[in-house]
Amino acid sequence: MAAKKSSAKSNASADELKAYYHDMLLIRRFEEKAGQLYGMGLIGGFCHLYIGQEAVVVGLEAAAEEGDKRITTYRDHGHMLACGMDPNGVMAELTGREGGYSRGKGGSMHMFSTEKHFYGGHGIVGANVPLGAGLAFSDKYRGNDRVTFTYFGDGAANQGQVYETFNMAALWALPVIFVIENNQYAMGTSQKRSTSTPDLYTRGEAFGIPGEIVDGMDVLAVRDAGKKAVAHCRAGDGPYILEIRTYRYRGHSMSDPAKYRTREEVQKMREEKDAIEHVRSLLLTGKHATEDDLKEIDKQIKKIVNASAEFAKESPEPAVEELWTDIYTDLAPQHA
Amino acid sequence: MPTEILMPALSPTMEEGTLAKWLVKEGDTVSSGDIIAEIETDKATMEFEAVDEGVIGKILIAEGTEAVKVNTAIAVLLEDGESADDIAATKVDAPKTESTEAPKAEAPKAAPAKAAAPQPDRSPDWPEGTETKKQTVRDALNTAMAEEMRRDGDVFIMGEEVAEYQGAYKITQGLLDEFGAKRVIDTPITEHGFAGIGVGAAFGGLRPIVEFMTWNFAMQAIDQIINSAAKTLYMSGGQMGCPIVFRGPNGAAARVGAQHSQDFAAWYAQIPGLKVVQPYSASDAKGLLKSAIRDPNPVVFLENEILYGRSFDVPVLDDFTVPFGKARIWREGSDVTIVSFGIGMTYALEAAEKLAEDGIEAEVIDLRTLRPLDYDTVLASVMKTNRCVTVEEGWPVGAIGNHLSAVIMERAFDYLDAPVLSCTGKDVPMPYAANLEKLALTSTQEVIETVRKVTYR
Repeated sequence: MAAKKSSAKSNASADELKAYYHDMLLIRRFEEKAGQLYGMGLIGGFCHLYIGQEAVVVGLEAAAEEGDKRITTYRDHGHMLACGMDPNGVMAELTGREGGYSRGKGGSMHMFSTEKHFYGGHGIVGANVPLGAGLAFSDKYRGNDRVTFTYFGDGAANQGQVYETFNMAALWALPVIFVIENNQYAMGTSQKRSTSTPDLYTRGEAFGIPGEIVDGMDVLAVRDAGKKAVAHCRAGDGPYILEIRTYRYRGHSMSDPAKYRTREEVQKMREEKDAIEHVRSLLLTGKHATEDDLKEIDKQIKKIVNASAEFAKESPEPAVEELWTDIYTDLAPQHA
Repeated sequence: MPTEILMPALSPTMEEGTLAKWLVKEGDTVSSGDIIAEIETDKATMEFEAVDEGVIGKILIAEGTEAVKVNTAIAVLLEDGESADDIAATKVDAPKTESTEAPKAEAPKAAPAKAAAPQPDRSPDWPEGTETKKQTVRDALNTAMAEEMRRDGDVFIMGEEVAEYQGAYKITQGLLDEFGAKRVIDTPITEHGFAGIGVGAAFGGLRPIVEFMTWNFAMQAIDQIINSAAKTLYMSGGQMGCPIVFRGPNGAAARVGAQHSQDFAAWYAQIPGLKVVQPYSASDAKGLLKSAIRDPNPVVFLENEILYGRSFDVPVLDDFTVPFGKARIWREGSDVTIVSFGIGMTYALEAAEKLAEDGIEAEVIDLRTLRPLDYDTVLASVMKTNRCVTVEEGWPVGAIGNHLSAVIMERAFDYLDAPVLSCTGKDVPMPYAANLEKLALTSTQEVIETVRKVTYR
């Protein structure tokens, strides 16, 4: 089945399009900067960049309302920026500094913001899926109509606990949207080599969960599909699956030589499918914005991103006492 | 000003690499994302992309150069309006390596200062003169949950057969009738999944009690218990905790074979971020479970099937709780300290009675909680008796007894008149045959013999 495209004529207002352009470009520039800081040794360990996939979170955030929750895996910087978390706090967490969201104790893969209803940032593939259903459970238990966006990748879609969760989410009609960000590679293993049936949106059929496939390089298609899924969940009709076909331009993590795909494949996606270019052209051809307007947005973003990098370099490392805090909420760690 | 292109770090461990190949030459225009060089690391040959746009003004490190340190300037990029002449103005020679060296943090001094002398809390669990009644461990656990569910509407219980079946071991009997299906939830047989949903619900602010029919099945869910429940408070810099209780029977049952008979106490006791409880008596089962449900942290609550039907005195109080980290001295004595927890206490107490007949007075300590652990009560006792035997049902390697033994050496070595010895389960999977099963477990007789060894009597 071909992914649904939004109609050539955009159904979004000029302000909406500008906002999507801004938010996607912010993620891209932020990630490029993170890549640079990694290269300079300022960011350590694993660092999974979201470049190429920006339309997925920006589109779905456009379908969310205040109080809706989101949870994702370790490729999480884009999700945090899209839900309004402070770029300074995110970048400073990447550099392991006091000013980071987890005060330097979480790193690239582990950040949270209860204020923005962002519940991480989880490093074990598939493990955030039942957690997301649990968040949805808490809303249903309280009797409100909030929904939880539970993001995971095509790789995680082969984990057993995902299906345990599908079963219970359907059984208990939990208001959870399972967002499969299908970027076609589970680290270095292509979907073809890892997945018996390619259409992940059908994986809920056995549990009675409706699913649809969405063009993840088209922010408007993502937003529209997101709205449909949100309406389904808010109405109390249980979970919904969105398989969003997307593409990451960079390697799985910073140390990935990406020999499992050709340079041409990546280049083709960038040139023909890029989500930011798509909105840019909608803005220009629809006469919603001029080149100068967009340059101005670019400039603002550069400023935000550079400021976050400066903040992330200047913020001190956490105090050594921090080693021993936050293990329990109410108890000093014991040392025999 | 011209921009230096620096030798990148391309893996978590890379310090230097080989500049294998330049894919651009001086004068070429590049834009962000263009591959400009190939760099060989210890792991792979990686393509190196330009991050800024501009013109390659000068290549500083020739291709084929080995051992180029991370952050060495390898080329100079000119932006709009700059010419190669500007390069001279930029200092590009000195390789920059400082930022790769993480500032060395001072080794933190051992976290909380160690108490010089143990100061055990010897206050009674309930006021003297309080009326008590006999209650089984099963009823105590059941009333603890019912009381806490009445007290707090955010508390709910989920697990296999907890509702309509009334509990595989009848611990949840009657809860469905009183609290309804919204708060007493039968799950499918899917431990990994429902443990994760429980943790997520706790992230969402509820207070789940997740019952595992036995802890053997929780191995399917151990990733959620450790990686999700125990670590999130730390990983979030204190922003988000996980108030959840995982509970169910742990340890050897009877004649159910290797997969259904094992003690996980030492496993969970190793995890920072978890609190770990293993009650022996009914009053502790009740008071500790109530504390566990109120605790803002994840609690692993290890019950015992064989103890479920045993009766103990339980105080008749409206709201009886037992704090974590406070051991209970069941029997005072001056000749040897026996430390145990959970069902191990049955062997410890029986052995103490028999030893007393021969004039050996054992002090018997029930740890009750393994994390936090009441070191002070153990140490104060050992300083008095100068001898210690530990008793537990788990395997001998990496046992709780090993840990206590180490702590006693560290803090009470000069008080010891004999080595600390441990009675544990044997280092074998649990056999089915009745005679072998008996041999695989520790026993009252083994405790008696071990005490005789350390008392030389």
